[in-house]
Amino acid sequence: MKNQMRKNYSVIVVGGGPAGLAAALGARQAGAERILIIDREVETGGILNQCIHSGFGLHYFKEELTGPEYAERFNQQVRSDKITILTDSYVLNITPDLKIEVISKKHGYLNLRAKAVVLAMGCRERTRGAIRTPGFRPSGVMTAGLAQKMVNMKGVLPGQRVAILGSGDIGMIMARRLILEGCQVVGVFELHPFSSGLTRNKVQCLDDFDIPLHLSTTVAFIHGRKRVERLTLAPVTTDYKPDLKQSWDIQCDTLLFSIGLIPENELSARLRIKMDPATGGPQVSSTMETSLPGVFACGNVLHVHDIVDFVSEESHRAGRYAAELALGMRRPGDNITLYPGENIASCTPHSLSSDREQTIYLRVKQPVKDATLKIGNRYEQKFRTLVPSEMVKLSLPPKVLNHFFGEQLRIEVSSEEGAQ
Amino acid sequence: MYDVIIVGGGIIGCALARELSRYNVRLALLEKEVEVGFGTSKTNSGIIHAGHHSPPGTLKGQFEWSGNQLWGDLAKELKFGFKHIGELLIAQKREDLQYLENLKKQGDSRGVTGLEMWGPKRIQKEEPNLSHTILKALHAPTAAVINPYEACFGLIECAKQNGLELFCDHPVQSIKRERDNFSIATPRGSFRARIILNAAGLFADHVAAMVGAKTFSISPRKGEEYLLDRRLQGIVTHLIFPTPTATSKGVLIIPTVDGPTMVGPTAEDIDDREDLSTSYSGAADVFAAVRKTCPAISERDTITEFAGLRAVSESNDFIIKRSPVKNFYNIAGIQSPGLTAAPVIATYVINMLRDNDLSLVKKQTWKADIDGPPRFAAMSPKDRKAAIHKDSAFGQIVCRCELVTEAEVLYAIKHGARTLDGVKFRVRAGMGRCQGGFCTTRLMDLLAQADEIPLSEITKRGKGSEICIQRHDIIPKKDDR
Ligand SMILES: Cc1cc2nc3c(=O)[nH]c(=O)nc-3n(C[C@H](O)[C@H](O)[C@H](O)COP(=O)(O)OP(=O)(O)OC[C@H]3O[C@@H](n4cnc5c(N)ncnc54)[C@H](O)[C@@H]3O)c2cc1C
Repeated sequence: MKNQMRKNYSVIVVGGGPAGLAAALGARQAGAERILIIDREVETGGILNQCIHSGFGLHYFKEELTGPEYAERFNQQVRSDKITILTDSYVLNITPDLKIEVISKKHGYLNLRAKAVVLAMGCRERTRGAIRTPGFRPSGVMTAGLAQKMVNMKGVLPGQRVAILGSGDIGMIMARRLILEGCQVVGVFELHPFSSGLTRNKVQCLDDFDIPLHLSTTVAFIHGRKRVERLTLAPVTTDYKPDLKQSWDIQCDTLLFSIGLIPENELSARLRIKMDPATGGPQVSSTMETSLPGVFACGNVLHVHDIVDFVSEESHRAGRYAAELALGMRRPGDNITLYPGENIASCTPHSLSSDREQTIYLRVKQPVKDATLKIGNRYEQKFRTLVPSEMVKLSLPPKVLNHFFGEQLRIEVSSEEGAQ
Repeated sequence: MYDVIIVGGGIIGCALARELSRYNVRLALLEKEVEVGFGTSKTNSGIIHAGHHSPPGTLKGQFEWSGNQLWGDLAKELKFGFKHIGELLIAQKREDLQYLENLKKQGDSRGVTGLEMWGPKRIQKEEPNLSHTILKALHAPTAAVINPYEACFGLIECAKQNGLELFCDHPVQSIKRERDNFSIATPRGSFRARIILNAAGLFADHVAAMVGAKTFSISPRKGEEYLLDRRLQGIVTHLIFPTPTATSKGVLIIPTVDGPTMVGPTAEDIDDREDLSTSYSGAADVFAAVRKTCPAISERDTITEFAGLRAVSESNDFIIKRSPVKNFYNIAGIQSPGLTAAPVIATYVINMLRDNDLSLVKKQTWKADIDGPPRFAAMSPKDRKAAIHKDSAFGQIVCRCELVTEAEVLYAIKHGARTLDGVKFRVRAGMGRCQGGFCTTRLMDLLAQADEIPLSEITKRGKGSEICIQRHDIIPKKDDR
């Protein structure tokens, strides 16, 4: 890269993980000229770089890739598309008129301008503090993602006897990873009565390695003053309160937390973009534009996805719309608004346009069997099972959407058997 | 051979060290932990109390207001954060009103400035998020907040620059009298001194017992505190105190000097002096109490929590005196407002030494100021630009939640940080909402590079708290072949 950075861009993408990479490619495909990706790490790829297991790309590329391989496909395309990448650089601030303040070891303090900005900062893990696990504060307590980085990027292990709280995907993948490294995994403990990760991860990472998954169980106390020595575990009652009378102890030296992900929206919050409390991400229109004109959002900063393929799909679209706007094309406003009803935890985007096919991502609150998903009073789709850990992707053609013109549309899920 | 050895590097030991470093004495400090300030002085509310709380006729009462007045200058000299945010002590019941009146009188007669009674209108205007059931509040503008560990680091840095010899990771195990001197044993060598100042906090009675100077005993009283997400920054702008009960100051709302709001502490008498665990009941108590004063705060906003132990003596007051053993001084039972009082406790002790055994000649070269660590997050854009221009390590963000640069981490390591917690409490890296999820490996790299040690030797806070192990450290299970 030249040492002198250009100042003006048509599209600036904040974050160079899978979302940012796909958004930049989408923007290029839609004809944007000057595109910049900014990332704080030494290389693009985001969290994929530490996900050395396979299982990525089944939808997008119809083949099974590792995280780094999946990222590399995008990296190569970005390079051949001559999209500028600024790594080791940190976006300090974005102003409502799309001036972007960046600091970088190589370039110092930069003030950049964009016609459109795509937010693709990803998410972070929830930590012990978020659930206030009682006990001591020894070393050996960390998030599953941090453990993953240690093992896969730094070549060290978080400990020898490991317990995992939360059955999030990263936790389950780390359970298997640590077994393969020679550690013992004493169990995965999940507060909910159902696993919070993908079924395929439960089967491939826990069941195949005989790692017990204890549902409706939590860590009630962490023992050990310098290093984790022992945990007190307790079953939880239906209102998720630990039943300490039935608690038991388990010896281990490490406790990993895999209790959920939170979109990283500090920049968005400072921009005073309208947020959706259900997703923790911005509210977006059918073009993935936030409440602030010219600012788009996609990937895990918008809502936490389970699989990267959907991130890429969504982000490619966001990038295309950002480019359209940068090129001076403004689509007419949306004509349908969307809101979650019965047993729907969240749905994105928040409004739709009946003039083209629309993709909707949603999650249910409670697992259901033989479910009927209803949109407004005209559209129904049946599902054998729906679980909170698996995001649902729907595509609605204009033919269907035309019926809903001007409506406030409710999405709901019901089941003949009721919630199981 | 030292003239004076201070045992314990909490806020008291650090303040003593700096004060004594003004004089021509050979001075050392022995601290059990790997860093100073890692006892009670790290885990408290960080409040420089307004001056009117402690009852007259006690050392607490004598030192609260005089200590309060020294912190503004100290913060300037030692470059740590200090904010005069003031305090509101609220009354929600009729029977509490008299307490407020009495407290105001107590403060006025001591000379505490600016005490003022506020009615509901004024309270609502200044603190719209407080409960609407508050009848009155006593406003004390002299209350301030600091980061207590930053104060420890600043004091010790200044003392070191003026000749203090600091020995961390040196727990005192036994003390022997040898004619007019003391011989002090630690696992890493012994030290000789003419005078010992015992500032060992929760263990001050143990240390006193080593020379037969145990005239008191210490029992721990636990306080749990809960730090809230930055999203709640500014929910209140003053320190909020409820009317205290017979046993405790009650649960406070604390806008910390760095911005985030903190709530706590609890007060629970326990037996174990190292029990820094938090509990379900602690959290429940704190949030139940806070909901009454500020309904918008909920336990879901917590990003982390910790517990601290107050060193309570039988008298419930500070113990600051010569012991029956000549040249052995106890500075013990320093519970709240111990942080506030620390700088005057130091001068008080030095006057005691002067009256007794030590000739104190001022050094010509004593320097009150330290350069202080750089703080990228607090710089203006212009200063940031200049800083990066001078040193590109300022262009590398290490901790994104708290906006900490590599340059600051390197500075902290150069000035004594040896552990992850040492770095964290000096520069805030890992203190934010992700709690080190992103920066831990980066900080470990920097620590390992500086000391040329493998990652597996990096600890959280000293030996036994290693963060990771090497693959070859794995001991195979017996049934594995
Ligand atoms: C929850 C809580 C909240 C508080 N809030 C406030 C507040 O807002 N304002 C206020 O003014 N005060 C407050 N306090 C009180 C204040 O924290 C204490 O008064 C103060 O920190 C005491 O300092 P210290 O130096 O005596 O003790 P410490 O900080 O405990 O220092 C003693 C040191 O001695 C070392 N040591 C022990 N044994 C040995 C040995 N054998 N050899 C060598 N070293 C040894 C320890 O490791 C430790 O570092 C609070 C206290 C608690 C617990």
